[in-house]
Amino acid sequence: MSNELPGPFRATLGRDLLLSVRRSGDIANPIIFFVIVAALFPLGIGPSPKNLAMIAPGVVWVVALLASLLSTDLMFRGDFDDGSLEQLVRAPASLYATALAKVLVHWIVTGLPLSLMAPLVGELLYLPNSATVPLILAMLPGTLFLSLVGGIGAALTVALRKGGILLSLLILPLYVPVLVFGTATVDAAAANLAYDVPLAVLIALALLSLTLAPLAIGAALRISIDH
Amino acid sequence: MGKDSSGAESVLLGAYDLRCERDERVLFEGLTLELLAGEVLQVEGPNGSGKTTLLRYLAGLSSRCEGVLQWKGVDTLSSRYEFSSDSLYVGHESAVKLSLTPVENLRWHAALWQRPMKRDIDSALQQVGLSGYEDTPAQNLSAGQRRRIGLARLYLSPAQLWILDEPFTAIDKDGVAQLESLIADHAEQGGCAVLTTHHALAMRGRLRRLVLGLGAGEQQ
Repeated sequence: MSNELPGPFRATLGRDLLLSVRRSGDIANPIIFFVIVAALFPLGIGPSPKNLAMIAPGVVWVVALLASLLSTDLMFRGDFDDGSLEQLVRAPASLYATALAKVLVHWIVTGLPLSLMAPLVGELLYLPNSATVPLILAMLPGTLFLSLVGGIGAALTVALRKGGILLSLLILPLYVPVLVFGTATVDAAAANLAYDVPLAVLIALALLSLTLAPLAIGAALRISIDH
Repeated sequence: MGKDSSGAESVLLGAYDLRCERDERVLFEGLTLELLAGEVLQVEGPNGSGKTTLLRYLAGLSSRCEGVLQWKGVDTLSSRYEFSSDSLYVGHESAVKLSLTPVENLRWHAALWQRPMKRDIDSALQQVGLSGYEDTPAQNLSAGQRRRIGLARLYLSPAQLWILDEPFTAIDKDGVAQLESLIADHAEQGGCAVLTTHHALAMRGRLRRLVLGLGAGEQQ
C-alpha cells in the first residue's frame, strides 16, 4: 500500500499533537494562567524582593500544579463526546500504549511549556539565579507525574457531566508529593544546598507513574465508556 | 473453526441467553441470536427498547447485558484481540474530529486496526462522495458529510462483522441506497452485519429482523 500507516501509539501521538496545534487556544490557556497568576503575587504581597524570594518556590509549584489541572479535564473529554474513545478502547491495539500516547501529548503541550516558562515566573518572584536550572530539572519530571496521575482522574470522571470539581478532589491529594519534593528541590537550590535527593524522588515518582498510570487509565476508560 | 469463513453456514457471532435490565426495567430476557456468514440482522424496536444497548454489548463496549457472547465459537472475553480486530463498530457518534481533515481522521482509525486496509483512503473517500474534500477540515463540512467520513471506514476496514448503530442518520437518499448495497456486498463476500435503523431496508441478500419490544426479543 502506498501510504504506510504508523502503529497505534505513534498514530495517536501524532493525531493528538495535530489536534492540539489546530486548537492552539487550548494549549495557551494553562501557560497564560501560569504567568498571570504568578504575576499577581507581587501585587498582592508587595514588591519586597526578600518576601517574594521566600515564597517563590512554593508559589511556582502551586501555580504550575493548578495550571496543569486546568487542562487535565480535557484530556479525554473530546474523544468521549465524539465517540472516538469507544473506538480507541475497542481497537485491537494496546490501550496501555494509546492511553500513554494521549497523556504524553498532554505533557508535551502543558508540562513541557510550563517547565520552560518556570524560570520567567521565578524571575518575577525574585527566585535566586542558583535555583533556575534546578527549577527546570524538577519541573520536567514533576509535571510528567501531574499529567499521568491527572490522566487517571480524567479517565475516571470523563463520563460525568460535572466531573470538574470531582476531578480536583480526586487528584489534588495525589499531587501533594510533587508539591513537597518539587518545593524542597527549589528551596534547597535557592539556599545553595544539595538538591539531588528531592530531585531523585521526583524522577522516581515520574518513572513509577509512567509505568503504572497507563494501566489505571486504560481500566478507567473501559469503565467510563461502559454504559 | 475460525478458518472456514468461506463455509456459508458457520456461526460467526453467537449471543446466548442475553438479559438486559435498565432502571429496574427488563428490556429483554432469554434473547439468543446467531449470525451466520452472509447474514444481515436488522434490530428494530421503539425508542428505549434497548437497541443501542444490545449493539454496544455485541461490540464488547457494554456490560449492561448478561449472557454469553461468542465469536467464531470462542467466548469474546477470551479472544478479545481477535474479536475486536474482526469487527467494526460504528456508533451514534461518528468518531470524527472536526479540526482534522477526512484523510487525517481515517488514517488514525486505520492505524488502530493494525491490519491492512481493503483499499486506500482516497478511493474510500471517493466512494462516499467526498473526493475533493480530502484536505478540508471536517468542521467545514455538512453533518451528512461528516457522517460519511465515519462511514468511509466501512470501505476501509477488513473486519468481517459490522455493528452499525443507525448508520443512515443524516445520509441522503442516494447515500442510503449505496450503503445498503455496500452492506449486501459485504454479506455476499462472507461477512455479516448487525444494524439498527428505523428505515425500511430495501436490500438484497439474507436479511433477518429482530424486533425488540416489551420484555422479550422476537425473531423473524
